[in-house]
Parts: sequence; structure tokens; C-alpha cells
Amino acid sequence: MLKTEFKNNILTAYIDGEIDHDSAAKIRTKVDGAAQMFKPRELYLDFSGVTFMDSSGVGLVMGRYRQMKLIGGALRVINIPDRLYRIFAMSGLESLGVLR
Amino acid sequence: MTTKTKIKNEMSLSFPSKSCNEAFARSAVASFIMNLDPTISELSDIKTAVSEAVTNCIVHGYRRTGGTIYIKGRITEDNKVTIKIRDKGCGIEDIKKAMEPLFTTAPEEERAGLGFAVMQSFCDKVKVKSTPQKGTTVTLEKIIGSENE
Ligand SMILES: Nc1ncnc2c1ncn2[C@@H]1O[C@H](COP(=O)(O)OP(=O)(O)OP(=O)(O)O)[C@@H](O)[C@H]1O
Ligand SMILES: [Mg+2]
Repeated sequence: MLKTEFKNNILTAYIDGEIDHDSAAKIRTKVDGAAQMFKPRELYLDFSGVTFMDSSGVGLVMGRYRQMKLIGGALRVINIPDRLYRIFAMSGLESLGVLR
Repeated sequence: MTTKTKIKNEMSLSFPSKSCNEAFARSAVASFIMNLDPTISELSDIKTAVSEAVTNCIVHGYRRTGGTIYIKGRITEDNKVTIKIRDKGCGIEDIKKAMEPLFTTAPEEERAGLGFAVMQSFCDKVKVKSTPQKGTTVTLEKIIGSENE
């Protein structure tokens, strides 16, 4: 469900499969654990493997945005599939400049 | 008076408010509408809306108690899919406010307050009935096939 990679002070989390309230809780635990350990300058959430997402995915991204701010780092969401973009567009995350 | 449209198919489901049933519920509804030959985006719209409504029953309606979630599905001759999602949980005090985009009563749990906005944007019609201490029923309606016309 999740692979992480730490390189050049960037932590990348490759999220796989479906993001809902159930899976978001598990993804959150893993990503925050890795971020605590590496204290990266940037966290990339790679969405290329995400096949389904509801508003829990937006909550997941907003939560990681706050977490990264707390440890003095930044967040980027990368490779968002077109079909998922509609939900992100409703969220106001666009204006934070984290979506790529 | 509206003339009654003939019912093509119906189903009902009930299951406990466990978060693993979010995936079960949206897949079950997707299977139910499969023989209408929906497009990938119609299918994904319905799955997303059902996921929102079922998650709300679990994280809000049954937050304190847990309980049973009920889903009823209906397909009518005009290719309209109607899905009712019901809980007997805490209910909603102010429905209008609850449906405002970004409104949430659970920000500390990383809720975005977008569930109702997503349901409204992904379905043709969304109706919400709720009574505090009694529960909530969300009715989603979507015509399948209108995208190809
Ligand atoms: N079935 C329900 N029972 C009780 N309260 C509900 C129910 N569904 C929604 N609500 C109330 O309506 C509010 C808005 O719901 P909505 O789905 O739009 O956002 P959310 O669930 O808070 O966040 P998100 O869906 O983005 O994770 C909720 O915060 C909750 O207070
Ligand atoms: Mg919700």
C-alpha cells in the first residue's frame, strides 16, 4: 500500500490503491513515522498509483501539510491522476501551492 | 402528479459500521449498477459519493455508539439510479450548515468538510433527511448514460 524513499533530503511516499477513511489512517501512520525518522526538508506524496480517492484523501494531504510545517519542511503532492483532480480542485489546496 | 417510472431492479444491504465496509459498500453499489453499462467516470462518481455517505455514517452518525448502516438501491426504466444510505445514529442539528463546503465538526480528525460537496458535485441530486438522536438518510440520484447523449 505504501513505499517510501529518502534521497537528497526529500522523503517520497508512493501511495498505492484506494484512499478512503479506512486506508488513510494506515497511510498516515506510515508516512508520519517515516517523516519523524528522517525529518526531511520536503515530503513528496506520489499519487500515481492511486486508483480511487474520496474526501479522506484531501484530509490526508491537509494533515501532512500541517505536519511538515511543524517540523519546518514543505509538502508536495505529485503525479495526481486527472480523474482525482476534481476533488482536489474543491479543496482550496490549490492555493497553498502543494499540488503539482 | 408524476407518472411512476417502472422499476428495473432493486437491492438492499445492511452491515456494521466498521471502516473496512467503506470499500465493500462502494464496490457492492458499483456491481449493482454494472448492467446499465456505465462509463468509467459514472462508475467512479457513484463509488465516490457512496463512499462519502457511508464514511459519514461511521465517523459522525455512529461516532459514539457504532451501529448498522442500511443501503437501498433502485434502478428505474429511465436509467436513474437511486441509492439511499441510512444510519440510526446521532443525526444532524443543522443540515444546511453541514452541507456547506469545508464545514466539519471533526477537523482534529483530519476531515476536510467536503463530503456533501463531493456528493453534490458527483450526483444529479442529493437529499438529506435527519433527526437529532434518530439518524440520517442521504439519497443520491444519478442518471446513467446521459454522458453519451
Ligand atoms: N450521517 C451523519 N450523521 C451525523 N452527522 C453527520 C452525518 N453526515 C454528516 N454529518 C455532519 O455534517 C458535517 C459535514 O459532512 P461532510 O461529509 O461534508 O464533511 P466531513 O465528513 O466533516 O469531512 P470529509 O467528508 O471531507 O471527510 C460533518 O462534519 C458532520 O458534523
Ligand atoms: Mg464526510
